[in-house]
Amino acid sequence: MDALLYLHTTILEIVAIVLPILLCVAYLTFAERKIIGYMQVRIGPNRVGPRGWLQPIADTVKMMFKEIIIPTNANRTLFVIAPMLLIGPALAAWAVIPFDAGVVLADINAGLLYILALTSISVYGILIAGWASNSKYAFLSTLRSVAQIISYELPMGFALIGVLMAAGSLNLSEIILAQQGGILHWYWLPLLPLFVIYFLSGVAETNRAPFDLAEGESEIVAGFHVEYSGMLFAIFFLAEYANMILIAALAAIMFLGGWLSPFQGTFLEASFAWIPGFFWLVAKMCIFLFLYLWFRATFPRYRYDQLMRLGWKVFIPITLVWIVVLSIAILAKLPPWFV
Amino acid sequence: MKTVTQYIKRLFLSELFQGLGVTGKYLFARKITVQYPEEKTPQSHRFRGQHALRRYPNGEERCIACKLCEAVCPALAITIEAAEREDGTRRTTRYDIDLTKCIFCGYCEESCPVDSIVETRNFEYHGDQRSDLFMTKDKLLALGDKLEQQVATDRAIDAPYR
Repeated sequence: MDALLYLHTTILEIVAIVLPILLCVAYLTFAERKIIGYMQVRIGPNRVGPRGWLQPIADTVKMMFKEIIIPTNANRTLFVIAPMLLIGPALAAWAVIPFDAGVVLADINAGLLYILALTSISVYGILIAGWASNSKYAFLSTLRSVAQIISYELPMGFALIGVLMAAGSLNLSEIILAQQGGILHWYWLPLLPLFVIYFLSGVAETNRAPFDLAEGESEIVAGFHVEYSGMLFAIFFLAEYANMILIAALAAIMFLGGWLSPFQGTFLEASFAWIPGFFWLVAKMCIFLFLYLWFRATFPRYRYDQLMRLGWKVFIPITLVWIVVLSIAILAKLPPWFV
Repeated sequence: MKTVTQYIKRLFLSELFQGLGVTGKYLFARKITVQYPEEKTPQSHRFRGQHALRRYPNGEERCIACKLCEAVCPALAITIEAAEREDGTRRTTRYDIDLTKCIFCGYCEESCPVDSIVETRNFEYHGDQRSDLFMTKDKLLALGDKLEQQVATDRAIDAPYR
């Protein structure tokens, strides 16, 4: 009976996390179209519902009624499994994200490791999608995309090593608590290069502009999901945006103190104490999500060799150097972060 | 020294931040979207839209079947057949414009000695079938009757320049 109850509550908790994420994904696409539109001096979608607010719903309904076409020469099983391999890790990673003090589905001590493992798995989804499609465009894009993701996982991993050295823990809640004490105590300041590199690698990891050469509309049509249509395509889309939100959440947790209030340690602390930590987490995530869209509206796509050079010859050396600097700072017990 | 400053510039992405500044500024700029069915952009009186055949105020059709428009049409979109009417005047028995061929250059209008074929300001038309875009003499005359008011004023405005 206890086991059954436990199962029930866990499933409920999972639903309580996954459903809002899917809703966020839907409205992130809307925000993207609106914000990019505004940056291009347009007004974006505004016809469906009041001020266009029902646009994502209309898009979803449209997607659901589209036919799923499986190419003749495609490997049917892998073709169908690939998008699930992508969305699965993107959603599963949320299990260890702390939304507020103590509000976390699985408070495991190897949280950071778990995140790294799951974000790495998603590369198989892309690989299999490109392979199973049996199309040259999809395959070329897959090669690019996989090389890119693997390259950028290294600086990302190094950046996270910096965080775990600073916090002395792999548990995400403890990483947040280690940053307590106000804006200047958060890790973005002592780990500034790592912070920047982490976020930029995150952008590259999720195949977003300006690192979206896996999509390359002008050369390889739409990347590894050219052959997908209908709901299978929608799942790729969902996974991409869920990954964006995940990267934003992780950046907020690792470098901007997660659910900690930015007014901690100042005279405003008491007057803002009534705001739940969840709100601060979401606010910080919104900063990163906005940056994602801002980048997309601004930068042209990187060339492939530029992308690789940036990853291997700029990001990795900088992270390595900063890890050394960081270890010296930790050994020297540099206040106020490493006392 | 120059290479060093360039290197530093590149490392700190100064030009990329400039770019972000530009898009950031435009995020708050006034939007120039014209919400089409409700709002429309201003239109010149020389606008070249759908064609029409005009009549004289007494109801007589202007076209004298000189076939200049047919000859000048670079897209070969106009087909004319002519015959003598019972009152002895030369008139068209057939005047077709294939709008799927037409490139809206306006030469037909310019070549017309009697201001019969004109391009109106109407651009909001469509066809469900190809045949809907095949304008016959009847259709052209009907359109001319409908839009005569505007066509006449537009020609009057433009008269000093012709």
